[in-house]
Amino acid sequence: MNVLVFLIPTSIFLGLLGLVFFLWTMRSRQYDDPAGDAQRILSGIYDDAPPED
Amino acid sequence: MLSLPQVYCAACIVGVEKGLTTQPGVRSARVNLTLKRATVEVDQDVEPEALADYLTGIGFEAYELDAGALMATETDKRSRELLMRLGVAFFGMMNVMLLSVAVWSGASDATRDLFHWVSAGIALPIVAFSAQPFFTSAWSALRVKRLNMDVPISLAILLAAGMSVYETMHSGEHAYFDAALSLTFFLLAGRYLDHRTRAVARSAAEELAALEVPRAHRIVEGGEEVVSVADLAIGDVVRVTPGNRVPVDGMVETGESEVDRSFLTGESLPIFAGPGDMLNAGEVNLTGPLTLRVAAAGKDTALHRMADLVAIAETARNKYTGLADKAAAIYAPVVHLLALGAFMAWLVITGGDVRLALNIAVAVLIITCPCALGLAVPAVTTAASGRLFKKGMLLKSATAMERLADVDHVVFDKTGTLTEGAPKLENLGDHAEADLVVALGLAQGSAHPLAQAIAFAARGEGLVPAALTDVREVPGHGIEALWNGQQVRLGRAEWVGAHVLGRTATYLKIGKRPAVAFTFTDALRDGAKEAVTAQKAAGCGVTLISGDAEEAVRDVAFRLGIDDFRAGMLPDGKVAEVEALAASGKRVLMVGDGLNDTAALAAAHVSISPASALEAARVVSDIVLLGKSLAPLGDALLTSRKATRRIKENFGIAATYNAIAIPVALLGFATPLAAALAMSASSIMVTLNALRLKVGK
Repeated sequence: MNVLVFLIPTSIFLGLLGLVFFLWTMRSRQYDDPAGDAQRILSGIYDDAPPED
Repeated sequence: MLSLPQVYCAACIVGVEKGLTTQPGVRSARVNLTLKRATVEVDQDVEPEALADYLTGIGFEAYELDAGALMATETDKRSRELLMRLGVAFFGMMNVMLLSVAVWSGASDATRDLFHWVSAGIALPIVAFSAQPFFTSAWSALRVKRLNMDVPISLAILLAAGMSVYETMHSGEHAYFDAALSLTFFLLAGRYLDHRTRAVARSAAEELAALEVPRAHRIVEGGEEVVSVADLAIGDVVRVTPGNRVPVDGMVETGESEVDRSFLTGESLPIFAGPGDMLNAGEVNLTGPLTLRVAAAGKDTALHRMADLVAIAETARNKYTGLADKAAAIYAPVVHLLALGAFMAWLVITGGDVRLALNIAVAVLIITCPCALGLAVPAVTTAASGRLFKKGMLLKSATAMERLADVDHVVFDKTGTLTEGAPKLENLGDHAEADLVVALGLAQGSAHPLAQAIAFAARGEGLVPAALTDVREVPGHGIEALWNGQQVRLGRAEWVGAHVLGRTATYLKIGKRPAVAFTFTDALRDGAKEAVTAQKAAGCGVTLISGDAEEAVRDVAFRLGIDDFRAGMLPDGKVAEVEALAASGKRVLMVGDGLNDTAALAAAHVSISPASALEAARVVSDIVLLGKSLAPLGDALLTSRKATRRIKENFGIAATYNAIAIPVALLGFATPLAAALAMSASSIMVTLNALRLKVGK
């Protein structure tokens, strides 16, 4: 069962990684306009970067 | 910041953004489809109004907004905070679940204890952070000695966490850390959905309020200044230019004009105003500039007195309790009594084993899981109001949907609601082209609704206005000019020298020839017919109540197929009518836009007003139509009925599930695994059931 010494921290680290990514998506305002984002995929215009404001 | 009530697709987004960026001075534009508005970055000197006009010109209805809407960013912050808690709870739930699965699949002794300790390390701080909204809400309810849904929620979360810590310390077999976290997660999800729906509705409602710019032009020595209406005092003199709303009650000092008072009284035709006449706030000046001496401003105006009338009617309606509150009122005490009962019973049975009894009581609290209940209503309202919002309807009040579902009688106002409030030229075909081009030349410069109707119709025929010289608008009478050396006039019968016809008409006289008449009908609003038909199909009675003259009302009622109509109604008459219907057991939906409707709107079971309505009317309405068309009305009724049915189904699901789970928990057979499975299964079922609204026709 010594393997747990690695596995538990690993699993928690991976979870934290996910959480950090989630926080990043939120801070860069990716949930502000879900309906618009769903439609924008259909247009031929691309954003170079997420809008900053 | 622009409001765009009618964007709904990818092509619209591109059209608006591209269109805006071609305008001089615009640096960037971005449409937010969820909020239906566009944020535009411009150079200093660009007028937002011009941009809105431009967009309306290329086919996207647009309104200018007050950019200083600080409240909007405020609500945004709250929803992001909730989302943050939600994300953290999800992280914790998944990690603890991972460890719990290991325990459930057979980890024992020291390994199990280790897993429990790690779980505790993750779960406790996360519960403390993520479940805060529930704790604060429960605490504030308890402090005033009330029970709300958050009390059993908080209790379940806290007890689950606390007991798990105790069990862990004593190397117990069962720990409910995963349950505490998933409870938090699912309930936060419900809370977030709820908040998001309301935030969208609130920000849009704020936008509508921001549309009205309460400013007046005050005449001071040596010129005039723009002041806020609130700063006007009795005795000030203000100038009202044609096309603008009268900001205060006052007496006309100089100038002659016609005013449109349809908002106040429902009369569809403008009336003449000259020196000495009293005007009320809310009326629209049409043809000539006027100066008014302020007789009452701000809270004392007729407009505000009407609003007070509304406040009285409103309090009656606030007594309505939503389904969610009703469910919570039953649920909270029942669950607490059950848990307490279980605790006592097991204490007696086992002869004083507090630990086992507490274990079972907590299992009961967790497994009766307010999850499904907490999600049942928000999931449905989110799906349904999202659907309505897409169609251009904005739900302002949380229970509007449930009340709308009850409706079995609809009362419409006429002017501005069923009709555009703007006349439409009827007999275009009767006139010679030569007459029409002259009429167009005369009419095109005027803000009078009849003139605009002529200009609109003639342009629609592709006519080019005749070359006129010396065009002059005589306020209150009409327009005159010279054409090929002859005097031409368009205006009132007495003024041009014509017979008065018994209907809405204006008259054109060219030189010495006899005058010809242009007759008008009140144009029906887009979708009015569909709306009325749909209401009838949904089994609702339809009544038309208007303050306008009998003839005009009968005409509209006939065209829409409404049998039941009343004309010449005063505001309190409308209220009485609505109340009489309510007294006969009907649930009344009132649709209206004018100030004369506001009291009736407030008195009705549920009310709808178009975005063009006066602010007072929109404020008392539960639902606001964002676009021009009335057609979504029919759909709204069906959607709301379906939504209410789904909510009840969801309660059914939650109840069935509890009927099975509670006995199991009471008998002491509930394990953390069973609780986790049951909780997730019921939550997912409830959510899926709500989503059917989005998919179904």
